[in-house]
Amino acid sequence: MVVMEKETEHPAPPLEPQRVVEEEPRQKVMINVSDVDFAYGDHQVLYDINMEIPPRAVTAFIGPSGCGKTTLLRCFNRMNDLVDGAHISAGKIELEGQDINAPEVDVVELRRRIGMVFQKSNPFPKSIYENVAYGLRVLGATKKSIINEAVEKSLRAAALWDEVKDRLDSSAYGLSGGQQQRLCIARALAVEPEVVLMDEPCSALDPIATAKVEELIYQLRENFTIVIVTHNMQQAGRCSNYTAFFYLGRLIEFGSTSKIFSNPSERKTEDYITGRFG
Amino acid sequence: MKIRTRQKIFQTASFWIFRLATYTILAAATYIFLDIGVKGSRTLFTTHAPFINVPFLTQRPQTLYVFEYQGTKYTLSDSEFRVWKTQHPEEVEATSVAYSAGGVWPCIVGTALLVIGSMIFALAIGICSAIYLSEYSQNTKFIRLIRVAILNLAGVPSIVFGLFGFGLFVIFLRWNVSLLSGWFTLGLMILPAIITASEESLRAVPNGLREGSLALGATKWQTIRKNVLPYALPGILTSSILGISRVAGETAPIMFTAAYALRDEMPWQVQRWTDFVFQGVMALPYHIYVVSSKIPQNEYTERMQYGAACILLLLVFFIALASIILREKARKRLSW
Repeated sequence: MVVMEKETEHPAPPLEPQRVVEEEPRQKVMINVSDVDFAYGDHQVLYDINMEIPPRAVTAFIGPSGCGKTTLLRCFNRMNDLVDGAHISAGKIELEGQDINAPEVDVVELRRRIGMVFQKSNPFPKSIYENVAYGLRVLGATKKSIINEAVEKSLRAAALWDEVKDRLDSSAYGLSGGQQQRLCIARALAVEPEVVLMDEPCSALDPIATAKVEELIYQLRENFTIVIVTHNMQQAGRCSNYTAFFYLGRLIEFGSTSKIFSNPSERKTEDYITGRFG
Repeated sequence: MKIRTRQKIFQTASFWIFRLATYTILAAATYIFLDIGVKGSRTLFTTHAPFINVPFLTQRPQTLYVFEYQGTKYTLSDSEFRVWKTQHPEEVEATSVAYSAGGVWPCIVGTALLVIGSMIFALAIGICSAIYLSEYSQNTKFIRLIRVAILNLAGVPSIVFGLFGFGLFVIFLRWNVSLLSGWFTLGLMILPAIITASEESLRAVPNGLREGSLALGATKWQTIRKNVLPYALPGILTSSILGISRVAGETAPIMFTAAYALRDEMPWQVQRWTDFVFQGVMALPYHIYVVSSKIPQNEYTERMQYGAACILLLLVFFIALASIILREKARKRLSW
């Protein structure tokens, strides 16, 4: 019971996301997931998922390990295409009304519109500058001034500029874990995506670095649609507007973060949030 | 008490067996290198300045003439003997020893040409197939068949490669005994090793780098070229070092396809530049084979045999060293 109180108190400070959300009218849907079943070969991992992810907001996916939240996230930018035998067996996923698995969709273009930050920070073994410039270069940008500008803008957006502006040419591997993860966020922002997917971006970070990344995520909400997978319920409470709770491959409950944390309508959600299982 | 003592003795004994087995390798290596090094250095080095036997490195092999004249014993190479004869018109009874005078310059050049050409061929084909196997191919039956084929190819004896090259390149394609035939035969011989090692180095590149690049909207090929291949190159170079040593040292694949026992012209002395790839060359390993088994042995042949062997060892050593330096430079740039 003590735990429960703690949890319900937690979502509010310091940014009080839920109030902001409720003032904003839900104009349109960024990503629409309808009736999605997903399987790795014969092994089905997602069952009948329906959700509408709103634009310019942070949506958190929570749930115990193996419940399929990362799998769903990787469906959004079709990263699962890289896995042998992985396929959506029913339903469809739409990005602004366009079916992302339609044959005419260019997956490269899709991934430019939907950026991704991975669980394990994966900076390239290049300089800090080249890491951020990479996405622009593969898009064909060659003009130095444009790239310089974009690199600075992205690093500022990722709240990393002040820490690295004097050593842009040194290796990204010299950065601390939290800085590396923010560099990966900057790298994803550099190609100006509409959606940023984050797969447990703080799981390998210490509390201070985590706080920085969370603050960053909360700010990015103004310009990007963010979907974040997290194991950490407090984190979902702190930095998201909407929360989806998954359990055993099914979406149990999806709603505004304040509602999920204070007054969940499903028994399972309540049990998980209060720490009875998971 | 007694059992423990026996166990102790047993343990010490087996420990010594393992230790001696390891030392055997050291002993064998030391003996080979010392033997060739000592005997070869008698040919390679001189007691007076510049201390290196320059003619041995710059001349082509010649016949050695040994004879006695007015109580003095002469050992002269073919060219020296001709000069001597013009000054001494009288008839002398000279013993000739084939290939035992002069130097190995054409062999060094020929081996270098064979190594460079076959390595370019093997690396180009090998890296391309490794990229296909590791990055593009699905794990189908056909791909598994290819892998088995590569493994089998690696086990084929080099003499079989020689015969294969002789049949296909020399006779069927009518390239005759030529550099081209040698390049392809040697290249095919080391191809399995290059493919296997390149594929392993490609697989060693963390998957996160591929996903990170793809997630930024890079195409698969951009990802491979900019974010996978550069990091795999040091490993690929390591594998090619072994390939170089094999290519430089193998006799069997080139004895029917590319090597001449003796050739007067140097490789660049061709009439048309197109003839360049269609000429046979002298090569160090084949030269060693010829001087140590095709001519009657006597006290005068050892000079050439050990000199050539020592040069081959040095050549392989330096090529390997160059590759290692290249690899370390590539590694440093990455700070993995």
